[in-house]
Amino acid sequence: MSWFSFFGALEIGLIFSLVALGVFISFRLLRFPDLTVDGSFPLGGAIGAVCIAGGMDPFLATLLAMLAGALAGVVTALLNVYLKIMDLLASILMMIALYSVNLRIMGRPNIPLIMEPTVFSVLQPDWFADYIGRPLIMIAVVILAKLALDAYFATRQGLAIRATGSNPRMARAQGVNTGAMIILGMAISNGLVGLAGALFAQTQGGADISMGIGTIVIGLAAVIVGESILPSRKIFMLTLAVILGAVVYRFFIALALNSDFIGLEAQDLNLVTAVLVTIALVIPLFKQRLARRRSI
Amino acid sequence: MLKASDLKITFNPGTPIETRALQGLSLEIPTGQFVTVIGTNGAGKSTFLNAVSGDLPVDSGQILIDDCDVTRLPVWTRAARVARVFQDPMAGTCEDLTIEENMALAQRRGASRGLGWAVKSNQRSIYREQLARLGLGLENRLSDRIGLLSGGQRQAVSLLMAALQPSRILLLDEHTAALDPRTADFVLELTERIVAEKQLTTMMVTHSMRQALDVGDRTVMLHQGQVVLDVSGEQRKGMQITDLLHMFEKVRGEKISDDALLLG
Repeated sequence: MSWFSFFGALEIGLIFSLVALGVFISFRLLRFPDLTVDGSFPLGGAIGAVCIAGGMDPFLATLLAMLAGALAGVVTALLNVYLKIMDLLASILMMIALYSVNLRIMGRPNIPLIMEPTVFSVLQPDWFADYIGRPLIMIAVVILAKLALDAYFATRQGLAIRATGSNPRMARAQGVNTGAMIILGMAISNGLVGLAGALFAQTQGGADISMGIGTIVIGLAAVIVGESILPSRKIFMLTLAVILGAVVYRFFIALALNSDFIGLEAQDLNLVTAVLVTIALVIPLFKQRLARRRSI
Repeated sequence: MLKASDLKITFNPGTPIETRALQGLSLEIPTGQFVTVIGTNGAGKSTFLNAVSGDLPVDSGQILIDDCDVTRLPVWTRAARVARVFQDPMAGTCEDLTIEENMALAQRRGASRGLGWAVKSNQRSIYREQLARLGLGLENRLSDRIGLLSGGQRQAVSLLMAALQPSRILLLDEHTAALDPRTADFVLELTERIVAEKQLTTMMVTHSMRQALDVGDRTVMLHQGQVVLDVSGEQRKGMQITDLLHMFEKVRGEKISDDALLLG
């Protein structure tokens, strides 16, 4: 693997670690199987690209993208909490609705960002190489997001969200408004995904209507890979594991696609993902068996 | 004070499996009283308790807690007034959270939950002190996941959690039924200690007649969704299970045929 593809994989891995953190919040903390991300990721990209192409400050545009993602999460949660639509179904409805919404926002299937200023071009000095600067900025963003989430989930409100996912009946008996916590958690989750979408559009030269396809699979793969690399129950370690998972996952993909001797090409991406997730899922099983054999 | 008047709940109305769980149940528990509730399977004990906690909506009737009408309030808004220990030891605590996080959650029962730290160091010493009373060594395991504890330990912690924050009524839902006899005795003894100490208004549902007569100040028997017996004071002192059964037969003109109730 060349340095160029190394940094490229790192950059995309870090962007998707924001998606992974969002998926971790919905799937693991709230236990809400949320496919909205397939829609909120391109939603973030679309809002970011449209605003920047329209001449808006890239930071403001990115913030708007994040808020739009959060709003999408809120709508999914409302469908579930107030209209009593099953969680998975509510998120699927939102996902397909967002496809049309995103097309409306963009007005066409893709919006290129070539010469426009992005948060990356504004932050890094001119003499700095893009392919090194971007991952460095992403590292800062991801660390910031991770620490903010760690702190938040140690507050009373964060604890109430975790209790809602872990044991909703008990949470209600303790006076937690579980419906409100689901809405709040889904907003945070999809806000992160929207942010990732906006950053992705700014690093990949634009937004595309199909950029969201498979986002949930990548996010879940990152969570699963992370949990199997770094098994823990503590929030601090879990968020770290999820980020590592996203980066490692991306490296494996890059490695698989860049190794000529394996003979894999870009169209094999989804197959590689499925195989990787399967391996990550069975590793704990083999570890157990190994441990049992040793103890005998 | 709890005042339930003419509560009615029917499950699956208008279907062949229609069950009239509560058929005009009325009960008043004055402040500071410890009432035990007994009854056969299907008498409506748990349904009544769930109606008071807000888990089950009532079809008609009224529930007052300290003159506040809570009949239509959801569970989480009642929580400021109602503390509860579940029958299933796994149900009353969050297994993914640590012991101290569970206690912090309970300490804010019915209070707002803002962005302050959930567990503060000065609270930690309160939790440690409370846990030390159990004599189970849990005071040194504050940051252990509560899922690592045994059912009995979790039930004991649930009790402490229910008493961390003042309540107008404490609901105990057969909270010793899922424990082995020795642990059940321990939890029951702890219950009496905490209730006496904090003078909690308490309603304990139990499946054991022995327990119902030994613990608390007053025993209420439910049958077919109504109160059929209500004994307290002198009449209750020294009362035996057989006395209670005779009373029941006199009132209802039928015999109880629930082995679990008789053997408990």
